[in-house]
Amino acid sequence: MKKVLSLSATITLSLLLMIGCSSTPTTEGGAEVSEQSTGAGSEMGAEGSEASTSAASQGEEWYGDPLENPNSLLATRVIYFDYDQSVVRSDYLEVIQAHADYLAANPQAVVRLEGHADERGTREYNLGLGENRANSVRSLMMAQGVADNQMVVVSYGEERPSAFDNTDEAMALNRRVELVY
Amino acid sequence: MKKIVLMLLVFLACHSVVKAELTIEITEGVEGALPIAVVPFGMQGGGLPAVDLAEVINADLQRSGRFKTIPRADMLSRPTSDREVEFKDWRALGVENLVVGQVESTGAGTYQVQFQLLDVYRGQQLTGYSIPTTASNLRSTAHRIADIIYENLLGIPGAFSTRVAYITSTRLADGKSRIGLNVADADGHNPETIVTSSEPLMSPAWSPDGMKIAYVSFEGGQSAVYVQGVYTGKRQKVTSFKGINGAPSWSPDGRKLALTLSKGGNPDIYIYDMRSRKLQQITRHYSIDTEPAWSPDGKSLVFTSDRGGRPQIYRVSAFGGKAQRVTFENSYNARASFSPDGKLLTFVTQDEGNYRIAVQDLKTGVMQVLSQGRLDESPSFAPNGSMIIYGAKAGRRGVLAAVSTDGRVRQRLALQEGDVREPDWSPFKK
Repeated sequence: MKKVLSLSATITLSLLLMIGCSSTPTTEGGAEVSEQSTGAGSEMGAEGSEASTSAASQGEEWYGDPLENPNSLLATRVIYFDYDQSVVRSDYLEVIQAHADYLAANPQAVVRLEGHADERGTREYNLGLGENRANSVRSLMMAQGVADNQMVVVSYGEERPSAFDNTDEAMALNRRVELVY
Repeated sequence: MKKIVLMLLVFLACHSVVKAELTIEITEGVEGALPIAVVPFGMQGGGLPAVDLAEVINADLQRSGRFKTIPRADMLSRPTSDREVEFKDWRALGVENLVVGQVESTGAGTYQVQFQLLDVYRGQQLTGYSIPTTASNLRSTAHRIADIIYENLLGIPGAFSTRVAYITSTRLADGKSRIGLNVADADGHNPETIVTSSEPLMSPAWSPDGMKIAYVSFEGGQSAVYVQGVYTGKRQKVTSFKGINGAPSWSPDGRKLALTLSKGGNPDIYIYDMRSRKLQQITRHYSIDTEPAWSPDGKSLVFTSDRGGRPQIYRVSAFGGKAQRVTFENSYNARASFSPDGKLLTFVTQDEGNYRIAVQDLKTGVMQVLSQGRLDESPSFAPNGSMIIYGAKAGRRGVLAAVSTDGRVRQRLALQEGDVREPDWSPFKK
């Protein structure tokens, strides 16, 4: 798993480098990223003033808050899991890397990792399962340098379904960790 | 086994002042149930009481599955005391026991209720009581009478005067949910909501004296365990550690709560002393340990753990120590609790891809699946051990269901609308 992560790290890093950051950057971390990027960082000026110009997005470039860039991996805020599993599927490692990089670069940012389960099985056991899922995401992020106090783990078990049908598809949508900034 | 499918509570419509009542549907009954006739009670002193006592008693007895009640239309006469009874008429109907009685108005909203339980074949009275009551207590008087009849004829106390706590969930127009913690009489009447929240409420558990309910609330974005006075509405936050605060279960003496906390990094079982407010850790394992329940003697706990790979039931001393695995039959067994006599466990088992209610004899280890649903959960014994109430699905809706401990009688309790789940049967009234 480590190998996959470091591979994806390079991809994610280059992706992140393309993301300009001009609005609401209150930390040096954010500034660093934007400095290496397309130069939109010049708007940053001193101490990241609140009055930043909002640039229109142009193709792949994004001048807004990276969290709001619909083309970024950061736009993926839900990680889905297999039945009764709390291991993060490899296809989500890039997404987790992107969030880890963002959090590492923005030490003031805090994310809530909300773990959920589908309706099968008992409710309290599913609380445990949801927490395991959220903790899996948390450990991967910590391994990528995210500080412990930047993540809050909450499990809702099966109490907050996002899909209400009893189809396999709906249940798959409910086995998830939501990243809430 | 005979399918009866009876909508018992048609008469409920007359009392529709109350919101969101549970309707009870007996979906399966037993052959060989005891034939009994409950004759409409006579009225003395004018002013009909708002409650048809005989109807309430009749419904209780029928719902237990142990009695076959005789419809009023079949009754040749309506005696209100043993002096008026023609026993041979009732023998001809095949009735073995007869209940007659009368209500006397004794003042503004006060009544004296008299009833007699008669043995039709011997032509004798088995028992008789005279009970003072008030207009608002007529239903509970009827439940008391049903309890007396049940105990007299079957030798175990009836559980008709008990209550059930449960969670309801209603999706509002704006997409949010309104979650409620409710209590109702065991027949679904007199529902009262004691907590409402826009965030999840879970795992209601009656205290052994029936005065308090422990539950889990996510208000404030984090789980916490609360204890609330059912009749005072006052509540106390018991634990709100980082992570899971869940699955509260009262010790039989009511002094302690077993619960699940994940403050140590993963869910483990703890015991919280209500008086000293001290916490004792019972399990220490990296797996999910949850859903603790006390044995009636207070000496041990059962709980769910996936330490063996999949969730199974384990038993551990209430002082901690090594846990012993209890269930071996299916690949998923969870949320166990003891029968009041401590001889049986009921739990959720995965049965051919469905989640169903099972009982296991602790001595022989023999397991029996009792329910037939797809997603049955949260089984809870009646305090007399005769029935198990649980949560089931009817389509996408949650409903409550009950099954006799021998699996022969089934019934469904449904709300007119919304979702109902996680029933917990109260102890006997003290």
